[in-house]
Amino acid sequence: MVKSFPHDLNKTVVIVMHRKKNFFSEIEKLFAENSRMLLREVSDKEKIEGNAIYIAPANYHTLIESDGLFSLDVSEAVWYSKPSIDVTFESAAEVYKQSCTAILFSGANQDGAEGLLKLRNCGALTIAQSPVDAEMAEMPQSAIDREAAGYVLSNNEIFELIQSSIS
Amino acid sequence: MDTASSNFTLTQPQISEIIDLVKKIHGFDFSEYTKASLKRRMDRIVMLKKLSFYDLKHVLVNDPAFFQEFLEEITVNVTEMFRDPTFYKALHSQVFPYLSTYQHIKVWCAGCSSGEEAYSLAILLNENKLSKKSFIYGTDVNTEVLNEARKGIYSLRKIKSYAENYLFTGLPGSITDHFTVMYDAAAVHSELKQNTLFSVHNLISDTVFNEFQMITCRNVFIYFETDLQERILDLFYRSLCPLGYLCLGNKETIRSDSFRKKFKVINQKENIYQKIGA
Repeated sequence: MVKSFPHDLNKTVVIVMHRKKNFFSEIEKLFAENSRMLLREVSDKEKIEGNAIYIAPANYHTLIESDGLFSLDVSEAVWYSKPSIDVTFESAAEVYKQSCTAILFSGANQDGAEGLLKLRNCGALTIAQSPVDAEMAEMPQSAIDREAAGYVLSNNEIFELIQSSIS
Repeated sequence: MDTASSNFTLTQPQISEIIDLVKKIHGFDFSEYTKASLKRRMDRIVMLKKLSFYDLKHVLVNDPAFFQEFLEEITVNVTEMFRDPTFYKALHSQVFPYLSTYQHIKVWCAGCSSGEEAYSLAILLNENKLSKKSFIYGTDVNTEVLNEARKGIYSLRKIKSYAENYLFTGLPGSITDHFTVMYDAAAVHSELKQNTLFSVHNLISDTVFNEFQMITCRNVFIYFETDLQERILDLFYRSLCPLGYLCLGNKETIRSDSFRKKFKVINQKENIYQKIGA
């Protein structure tokens, strides 16, 4: 997906992944090598650029401020997760409302469902990956169960949707 | 189970009203706390306590015990021993060789919460044979957590959860070597407690109280807006001896141009700085 974004996407993309602290994965490097856009890990009070990809750091929650900055939070984990997808989704709902698109992918708990519902309720485009396509079905499934997903799409459909929104 | 949600959430004007109320009645100023995070904390309190906006105002005015709880929830007290092991490695290799040249090493652990970070520093100083000439001041706004810090007794479950961090620092032995374990609790060794002092200090309203060779203030700035961060950077600058060290959290960078001139970067990734200039 990161690979498919053109250098002039002109959108801000935030990627929140459940990850273990003290585990220095090569994932940012891998993403950065495959991205034509500016890609970096979020740091506190960093200005949110209009054409960039951000990765939520491990062991912090990533929040979006109304003044166009990211902020971080080390408070308790949500659904055993820090970063929690709910936390980022909910703060995006507060600030961006209907102007953002959220996609919830595979995962082993219910994180993200509540946040996705908040986004849907304020008019955002919300998508859950089809549980059939997900490596771990629980996360998209719990969003679907709560009617948080406006659309349930296969991997191909998600990819096509992104392509069509770009062009 | 912790969920991020509640059915009822506070609006920004309601939050501003609470901030004003708390400032007037209790003298704590949250007006320059990071908004999104503050909202989350307050929403969490009304959810846990099942309060309406009016209930919340009522108990904040009339129930002093509730205010302590409120303060504890708002000022996030989640902490770990040896959080970010690479930071402790960097202290060991890049900072302690210089600190060891001082006759006395005074360390200020600002926003120390229940003391985990202060004792991590105490262990690291001890392992570097520096504890005899060093003293750690731990400060926080919250008196309850300071009591925990003074005791230095943690649940064994917590200490075990820090074992992995400890391992990654490369320090010898295991974390439990520094504790006396009794039943399900672990008490930090008295030799480590000896050179520590925990007391109340409010970074927002209190001022310089000593001169330090090193200040650590990690994962506190994330809760403050940038103007407030700069005022506290100034407080730290004035509290450091020439060439003293300032350690911020892993994701807390000094962004302002004026302070970038006053602090030299010692370790970019770990946000370790050294005071330079007059």
